[in-house]
Amino acid sequence: MLQYDLVVVGGGPAGMAAALQAHEDGVEKILVLERADTLGGILEQCIHTGFGLHYFGEELSGPEYAARFSDALYKTNIDVKVDTMVLDISAENVVTAVNNFDGILTVQAKAVVLAMGCRERPRGALSIAGSRPSGIMTAGTAQKYVNIDGYMPGKTVVILGSGDIGLIMARRMTLEGAKVKAVCELMPYSGGLTRNIVQCLEDFGIPLRLSCTVIQTHGKERLEGVTVANVDEHSQPIPGTEEYIPCDTLMLSVGLIPENELSKSAGVTLDPVTNGPVVDEYRETSKKGVFACGNVLQVHDLVDYVTEESKLAGAGAAKFIRNEKPAGGLVSTAGANGVRYVVPQRINRQTDRDVKLYFRVGKVMESVMLSVSCGDETLISRKKRKMAPGEMEYVTLKASDLAKLPEGAKLVVSTREA
Amino acid sequence: MKTKDLICVSCPIGCAVTVTLNDNGEVVSVTGNTCKRGDSYARQECTHPERMLTSTVKVSGGRLPVVPVKSAKPVPKELLLSCMKEINKVQVQAPVHIGDVVLSNILNTGVDIVATNNA
Amino acid sequence: MNYDVAVVGAGVVGALIARELSRTDLRVALLEKCNDVAMGTTKANSAIVHGGFDAANGTLKAKLNVRGTELMPQLCGLLHVPYRNNGSLVLAFSDEEMQHVHALYERGLKNGVPKLSILDKDAVLALEPHVSGEVVGALLSETAGIVCPYELTIAATENAVTNGVEFFRNCAVTAIQKHADGFTLETTRGEISASYVVNAAGIHSDDIARMIGDDSISLVARKGEYYLLDKAYGYLADHTIFQCPNKMGKGVLVTPTVDGNLLIGPSALDVEDKEDVDTTAQGLQFVVEKAKRSVPDLNLRGAITSFAGMRAHSTTDDFIIGFSEKSDRFLNVAGIESPGLSAAPAIAKMVYGMVCEKTNAAERADFVPGREAPVRFRNMTKSEREALIAKNKAYGRVICRCETITEGEILDAIHAPAGARDVDGVKRRTRAGMGRCQGGFCGSKVVEILSRELHLPMNEVTKFGGDSKILFGKTK
Repeated sequence: MLQYDLVVVGGGPAGMAAALQAHEDGVEKILVLERADTLGGILEQCIHTGFGLHYFGEELSGPEYAARFSDALYKTNIDVKVDTMVLDISAENVVTAVNNFDGILTVQAKAVVLAMGCRERPRGALSIAGSRPSGIMTAGTAQKYVNIDGYMPGKTVVILGSGDIGLIMARRMTLEGAKVKAVCELMPYSGGLTRNIVQCLEDFGIPLRLSCTVIQTHGKERLEGVTVANVDEHSQPIPGTEEYIPCDTLMLSVGLIPENELSKSAGVTLDPVTNGPVVDEYRETSKKGVFACGNVLQVHDLVDYVTEESKLAGAGAAKFIRNEKPAGGLVSTAGANGVRYVVPQRINRQTDRDVKLYFRVGKVMESVMLSVSCGDETLISRKKRKMAPGEMEYVTLKASDLAKLPEGAKLVVSTREA
Repeated sequence: MKTKDLICVSCPIGCAVTVTLNDNGEVVSVTGNTCKRGDSYARQECTHPERMLTSTVKVSGGRLPVVPVKSAKPVPKELLLSCMKEINKVQVQAPVHIGDVVLSNILNTGVDIVATNNA
Repeated sequence: MNYDVAVVGAGVVGALIARELSRTDLRVALLEKCNDVAMGTTKANSAIVHGGFDAANGTLKAKLNVRGTELMPQLCGLLHVPYRNNGSLVLAFSDEEMQHVHALYERGLKNGVPKLSILDKDAVLALEPHVSGEVVGALLSETAGIVCPYELTIAATENAVTNGVEFFRNCAVTAIQKHADGFTLETTRGEISASYVVNAAGIHSDDIARMIGDDSISLVARKGEYYLLDKAYGYLADHTIFQCPNKMGKGVLVTPTVDGNLLIGPSALDVEDKEDVDTTAQGLQFVVEKAKRSVPDLNLRGAITSFAGMRAHSTTDDFIIGFSEKSDRFLNVAGIESPGLSAAPAIAKMVYGMVCEKTNAAERADFVPGREAPVRFRNMTKSEREALIAKNKAYGRVICRCETITEGEILDAIHAPAGARDVDGVKRRTRAGMGRCQGGFCGSKVVEILSRELHLPMNEVTKFGGDSKILFGKTK
């Protein structure tokens, strides 16, 4: 069995940033395991720009952003195994993986960082009626075909779901010569970033149909069309609003789910709202020495935030390996009044740094007061012009304020009308 | 005087920006932006809108059949599809490195098309 | 091409018949109109091995169901097909339904079904704690089981081909000329001559019979819709849980699958178009409502996929197995609806007997009754995995993450006798793409592997043959 101080599962932006931070903090033996044939994760196929404005102050494409980290990583003594699939993480932090050069690999790790990312929700979860022809795929799968494999997965396209990948693919397919007929969104608002609605849809005259969904697929072999319909406030199709749209491709961009099968095998507690692990301010899970960061923890909108979060996990893992234990007990966090969740879910009171509380709201909110309170005491109160479910928000708590809280205190992030 | 509401596309934050224009269509003021990029975006958008363009270019002899590319700077919005026609004609030989110019001065815009991955 | 026997249709019935006939010195052709076996009714049904108490006394259905269910475990063992003897329950929710359960029990005894018993409410809930508390009692059938129908068909075809049967895919029979000593079948792959024809064309067996002027078969296409739930919900049922039957079928059932998922369905709707396997909002809603009556804790959040299948319902209400009145060389095996899967091993034996009697065929000495167990990396121990990868590195590359399927297994599926030629074929043989992400990650890799192994451009690879291509041309 191999021995490592830290094993990082996943070599995407989260895994790379965590490994680099741990290295910088003095961890000596680090192993990064990546299932694809290169580091970079999903960024390799995200060839559009917009990555890194916060972190690097530059507008980079996905592969460029990833290369900043992979170049740095390959200059260190961090060990990397690509084409390697992790099969299991035991209760004792033994990581079992497989590849076609080592065979079965077992590694005893002092600490583990979970950075497996997320996957897209498939069609089955949607129960769309109709036939099962080819030409129905998730937007991410289509993105890989176009940007990595160099093939067109369709010529006339309807996109269901206005998540960012769907919006990005609407533009991408248009630029490559396809006709995107419509983007349909079940909710009355888009799940993607506003800027993507402007530059991916409006720029090309692609209609965004809100409160609208695909109710049926047509075509026996290749998709021939879809029936769309408007939906009521309970997301139920409204009879009489059905419309047939001929198309050869239906792309689904209907949500992302953290990939937590390994987290479960490692025995960490999951948050039912984020579908990711419950963590503290250094992203340590319910299991000592196991950390989680990036989209496996919570689905992010910006990779810059993934990097920031993953550096915390790397730093936390380094502290754990150095046997530095946080003191002073825990406080917990929760969302209320439209705030769906808060990450981290618990914080060590006497933490050594300010803590950003990340959260998402459940619906579009305009002109609201956002507050962080503990019992009757309001710690932070701020007016927000607009918040949307598609965008991750945060508020920063000062370490000095945290230290004043009693052990076991509950911090609540909530909104109210301004 | 008239006002125009825009969403800044400079970065993923997407600030809602309000531009005030005089009767000659000149920008008088920009509000709602949270950084100076928003100010320049709004002025540009009202006079001469520009966008970053990303796509892929055929590559032979590399690890992948296509290599991703971007415009080194934004190009005029109305030229996006014409630029695509030029990009689709390009074929490069591996090895290609991040930052390599695969097509210079596309459509005389003064903007180069550069590789954004190694291939 | 001259054959002694042409079997038309490679569903579970046709494939098992071809396998039985491959015991003999007869030259056998198995003709399938699709790009793969098991593409019709076999692909989409309840995957149940019934006890045999449901069919009316004295029918072929009754006789062949009981015999088939008896043969199934050994057959699945020989062919390495997943089978589980989980037993079934028919729930009663009222005294009236309880009377029906008693009637089924009596009928079962007359049909010769072993190990039947009637349970009271407590006994049912002890066996199945997630069954509705409204239950009054149930019929327990201990010989009932579950099986993977397409894997059985794939294995039977592989085994048949190993034993010399020639398999023709994309080979639709378009016309049949009858001669004194046999037939010429006009197919989409040219003419095929055969002394005997076994018509196992499922929902199309009436059309095939009509090609020799036999219009005695009257079939109704009856659509059934299903939901498949994630393995995380498999705990909700251990037995196959039926409700009391009605005239359209055995009602909606809740059952585990051999892979540990939970299957609910089917609806029952007679349709005009035999190819209409579209799911419908109404059909799926019906399935969920009815299934919740048996197991109230069902939750659609666990749904991985939904699908519809077609049942070939004969207006005679029984299987039609016999030589045609138009030719004593043309054997109809038609109207094989439920319990057709359960009966299939017995149907194959029966047809074997009928053909051998006519042809005086001799048993081959070198018949191989089983197939080698396919590699299933996910079920192996660490040392087995190590040995496997040492032998062949392709088993060290995981392609499908949700189900842990390796490249080696996909290569095996493609290169097996009558192997996979499309993405769905790989999926049915290996489970690649059957998990939670439904091929989101591995789909493109499977396309790549098929393209490489079959020497096809990527944009010629299909989902399930025909025009079901996945990609158009290159972007550049």
